[in-house]
Amino acid sequence: MRISVITAIAAGFAASAVAAEEIAPTAVNYVDGTVEQSLSGTAGDPANGRIIVGDKGQGNCVACHMVSDLADVPFHGEIGPMLDGAGERWSEAELRGIVANAKIMFEDSMMPSFYKTEGFTRPGNAYTGKAADPETFGPLLSAQQIEDVVAYLVTLKD
Amino acid sequence: MRILTGAIAAALITTTGAFADPVDDNLVINGETEIVTRTAAPAHVSDALDEVMSGWLFRKDGTRAMQADDFDNPGMIFVEQAMDTWETAEGSEGKSCSSCHNDMDSMAGVKATYPKYSEAAGKVVTLQMQMNDCRTERMGAEAWKYDKSDAINMEAALSSVSRGMPVNVAIDGPAQSTWEKGKELYYTRTGQLELSCANCHEDSYGMMIRADHLSQGQINGFPVYRLKNTKLNGVHSRFKGCVRDTRAETYAPGSDEFVALELYVASRGNGLSVEGPSIRN
Ligand code: HEC
Ligand code: HEC
Repeated sequence: MRISVITAIAAGFAASAVAAEEIAPTAVNYVDGTVEQSLSGTAGDPANGRIIVGDKGQGNCVACHMVSDLADVPFHGEIGPMLDGAGERWSEAELRGIVANAKIMFEDSMMPSFYKTEGFTRPGNAYTGKAADPETFGPLLSAQQIEDVVAYLVTLKD
Repeated sequence: MRILTGAIAAALITTTGAFADPVDDNLVINGETEIVTRTAAPAHVSDALDEVMSGWLFRKDGTRAMQADDFDNPGMIFVEQAMDTWETAEGSEGKSCSSCHNDMDSMAGVKATYPKYSEAAGKVVTLQMQMNDCRTERMGAEAWKYDKSDAINMEAALSSVSRGMPVNVAIDGPAQSTWEKGKELYYTRTGQLELSCANCHEDSYGMMIRADHLSQGQINGFPVYRLKNTKLNGVHSRFKGCVRDTRAETYAPGSDEFVALELYVASRGNGLSVEGPSIRN
């Protein structure tokens, strides 16, 4: 476990060396669960964010949340609150914090932490049931995907 | 600000949780065997649940109906195959199951008490492990593979003759440490999604998770015939699928971990009727 944490941190440094603006999952600065700074340094694309939120293979947020704007995507879950109006209830920094790691804002939340790479019990290699490979293990969503999702959530006004 | 938004979020959580309740329906098999599909939670889970409910209550009308009559229950085809196996001599001793146990009906009640502590094995064993013990030790036959067709069909046959009897696994005495281990596994948040069995089946049953209507994840109905893969499915295979869905490294069917988890999950259904082979989607 310790070894995989160290390699994950090392991988994080390597990534940040390439894209100078990107903040590694292990280096995000949470203040009361919120994150002010863009994770990628590049403005989010709300249209792509909309796709990520509805896509089973990406955010799959609708597995747990209903979103009226995504009525074209079948089957929305009801585990979490409806996301309609999320852009009014929360600031951009709050939304970034929630999507990156909701468990800081909401203690023990059932919501997965989308920008986190360590501290898991028996992490797997996606949905294969096999152990994760520490060399390639990354967060559920990339920095830019988080920014895209946040940019989309901001547009959800009642 | 934080307190305000928190309050709004809390209000939303309570109002949007349109609890898709389990149906209000009764299961009577073949017009004679009454199945207890909901009952007061046993004492050891009463801090978490008031009532325990069979997965049957969370399935659609058509799926539920198939289980009310053995002629409509595709799981019974596999039970019939196992009934033949029961009479078939195998292995170096030239014995069949019936050589030692008489007819299948004489096993009524057995399924309801497994997994249980075995003096001979010195540990908690599942029904499949006990069956294999008979095969290797008494028949001189090969062990069946865990949750594979021979084993799961026989488990379904043994379940079918116990239908209507209350699940009643022992959790104390020599079984206690295994039960505790199973309980710990049940509440451990695994995988990259960090979800425990309890997150889905205790905190969220009745709700939709994408297209799935979450049940309490009870195992009184196992083995289950799934419309999805048109065969009987074992408890450990189901556990494996659920753990995999948390993006975790799973345990193997037949592993000590899944034996412990099976005992614990079975105990959460003490008082529900044995129902297998049941039908699920
Ligand atoms: C497994 C369930 C689950 C998944 C998947 C999930 N969430 Fe959540 N989410 C929750 C729960 C539960 C809450 C309520 C907070 C709590 O835990 O108390 C929540 C809260 C939120 C909130 C605050 C809601 C409000 O208006 O008060 C936002 C915004 C949010 N989630 C966005 C997302 C996005 C975006 C994704 C996907 C990238 C996502 N969620 C995926 C379960 C989930
Ligand atoms: C991410 C959510 C999730 C988690 C975590 C989860 N399950 Fe499930 N489980 C499901 C869904 C969805 C189904 C299918 C619908 C149903 O029966 O609840 C299911 C079905 C089951 C069933 C079949 C019930 C029946 O009547 O056919 C059992 C048993 C079960 N789960 C046990 C477990 C156990 C034990 C764990 C932990 C090791 C677990 N589940 C973790 C989502 C989950």
